[in-house]
Amino acid sequence: MSGTMANPAPTWGDPTLTDAEKVTLAAMCARMIPASAEFSVPGADDVLIQADIARSIGRDATSVHNTLALLDRLAGGDFAALGEAEQEQVCEQLRAEGGVDLTLTTRIVLQCYYRDDHVMTSLGMDPRPPFPKGHDLPQGDWSLLDPVRKRGKVWREV
Amino acid sequence: MPQLEPADVLIIGSGASGAAVAWSLAETKMRILCLEQGDWQNPADYPSTGRDWEARQFADMATSPNRRQLWSDYPINDDNSPIKVLNFNAVGGSTILYAAHYPRLHPSDFKVKSLDGVADDWPVDYAALEPFFAENDRMTGVSGMTGDPAYPPQKTPPMDPLPMGRSGRMLGEAMNRLGWHWWPSDCAVTTREYEGRAPCINLGHCIAGCAQGAKASTDITYWPHAIRAGVELRTRARVREITVDPATGMANGAIYYDKDGVEQFQPAHVVVMAANGIGTPRVLLNSKSERFPNGLANSSDQVGRNLMFHPYASIWGYFDQETDGNRGPPLSLWSHQFYETDPSRGFVRGYSWQFGRGVGAILEAQQSMANGRLPWGADHHRIYRKLHNHRMNIAAICEDLPEPHNRVTLDPVLKDAHGIPSPKIDYTISENSNRMLDHAIARATECLREAGAWDIGVERPILNGGWHLLGTARMGDDPARSVVNGWGRSHDVKNLFIVDGSIFTTSGGVNPTSTIQALALYIADQMKQRLATLFD
Repeated sequence: MSGTMANPAPTWGDPTLTDAEKVTLAAMCARMIPASAEFSVPGADDVLIQADIARSIGRDATSVHNTLALLDRLAGGDFAALGEAEQEQVCEQLRAEGGVDLTLTTRIVLQCYYRDDHVMTSLGMDPRPPFPKGHDLPQGDWSLLDPVRKRGKVWREV
Repeated sequence: MPQLEPADVLIIGSGASGAAVAWSLAETKMRILCLEQGDWQNPADYPSTGRDWEARQFADMATSPNRRQLWSDYPINDDNSPIKVLNFNAVGGSTILYAAHYPRLHPSDFKVKSLDGVADDWPVDYAALEPFFAENDRMTGVSGMTGDPAYPPQKTPPMDPLPMGRSGRMLGEAMNRLGWHWWPSDCAVTTREYEGRAPCINLGHCIAGCAQGAKASTDITYWPHAIRAGVELRTRARVREITVDPATGMANGAIYYDKDGVEQFQPAHVVVMAANGIGTPRVLLNSKSERFPNGLANSSDQVGRNLMFHPYASIWGYFDQETDGNRGPPLSLWSHQFYETDPSRGFVRGYSWQFGRGVGAILEAQQSMANGRLPWGADHHRIYRKLHNHRMNIAAICEDLPEPHNRVTLDPVLKDAHGIPSPKIDYTISENSNRMLDHAIARATECLREAGAWDIGVERPILNGGWHLLGTARMGDDPARSVVNGWGRSHDVKNLFIVDGSIFTTSGGVNPTSTIQALALYIADQMKQRLATLFD
């Protein structure tokens, strides 16, 4: 729907990431969800997943910018340039200090990661939207309710 | 300002109650007009048609209008409430964005003063509403199972219940071992072809609109019938205030902003408010005049007071066995074991449970990372696989008793895009509700452990749990303590009616939509019976 009614100005900021922010984000994602040969899944720093994240920032733009800025600050300037062990340490600090901004940033990373084809397939899911195929669900045996029937009414007479 | 053709009946809001009233009154052949601030939804655009179906519940289909910020929304200041307000603004209102769990209030809910000495009895009772519950079930298309021992035996849902699934079997077996009541829920979801609607195919994401059309929302239930019967539904029309004739004190129409943002005056002979328990007091409080300086229909100072949400607790467990996850309607079983008052529990009134099959892959990851169960790093994948599709949950819906300090007022600063003051919410959870939450969490933990849970999580109260917006223009026989009488007519303004959740005298302990709609049909029926003397 395109609204012609007067709209409030969006309050969520510019969702565009700078090149530097993209590098920091990818490095953070690699620490958050690394690739796994055991489970045949890419890491969250995968190029396609990163592109999905960049498209999906939307309402959380301010939080993502804040989180990436904090991460670089905690790293002394450039998180991506640190070695693996140092990155782990900085991430621990980020998790302690990141607050709501970090929660919202990780939410975007996770929403893009867990809808990736390879990840869904690894989890035994069809990489498709729910509609129109839906899902199968066992009807179950409603004789399981017999004890409930036998115990009788639980509503209160007035 | 151009003068529009007068309506005989002007309905504000096209959601659960407005649609039901419009349909019922249509047989009078009066000129009925409904103003709706949102627009029609296209089911082909609903989230379940896309790969981003889970993500959209945090974006354009978020339950909070403050998060969504669509053009059809108005901001709500709920900073001073531990429970945030949820709604949706469109044709169909919040029935677009609800889980379609469809219990009725119990007979005892209408007699809480007589039975338990708290709050007030309603001026109507279950028996009076029973025919309208049945009519509403038929119009809505409700699935369920006859014979629920939690209700009088007349309740007969028109369709068979939703599938029990793996999760339902596990929970049902545990409840049987504990000797506690459980039953397939009444759900506003079709399980067979019904009045042109296709049956549920377990898309698993009922809340944010049903692409299959199996979930009942009033845009596909009542409205097609009402429009065919001649009712006009005008969308993108945001009402600012109800106007009154200064000479008579009767309502004479509404001022609204049209789709182009142009102010309009819509004259009317009768006005029916159906804008929910937040929207209705907002409009009434904003309808000030010399005769009604504190807002319309507010001589009692009860407009906006007694806000009831239902404090919710979510209790979830993880199991070795695979559960249904998101592969079916999330809610299809309930328990009313702890619904009726038992003084030994340390609180009055009670709560119901709605059993949840599980959650989607993304929600599992997000919640578990936020609460510390799911780590960053190499162990992420192994642990995630123990959580994903291994969860079931119990949501406890606690009866919220009316308290005057829980209220909706007009925010002195915050305004919507048209400059209309936003609602401001002040709300606290009562001691009785807190004791009820304690009990519900302890018993739900017991149930989940009995079902085999190896880990339990709790959210109390559910922060984004303000689905049910009740009590802010309550019904009663005493004009000094209530806003409308026993058939929905304002005590102060005899051609002003309210039919939404605002008029609930008490909240009960179940999802209210079925009762809101039955009550709306009852009020419409009372209006039809009294047409010749409606304003006496």
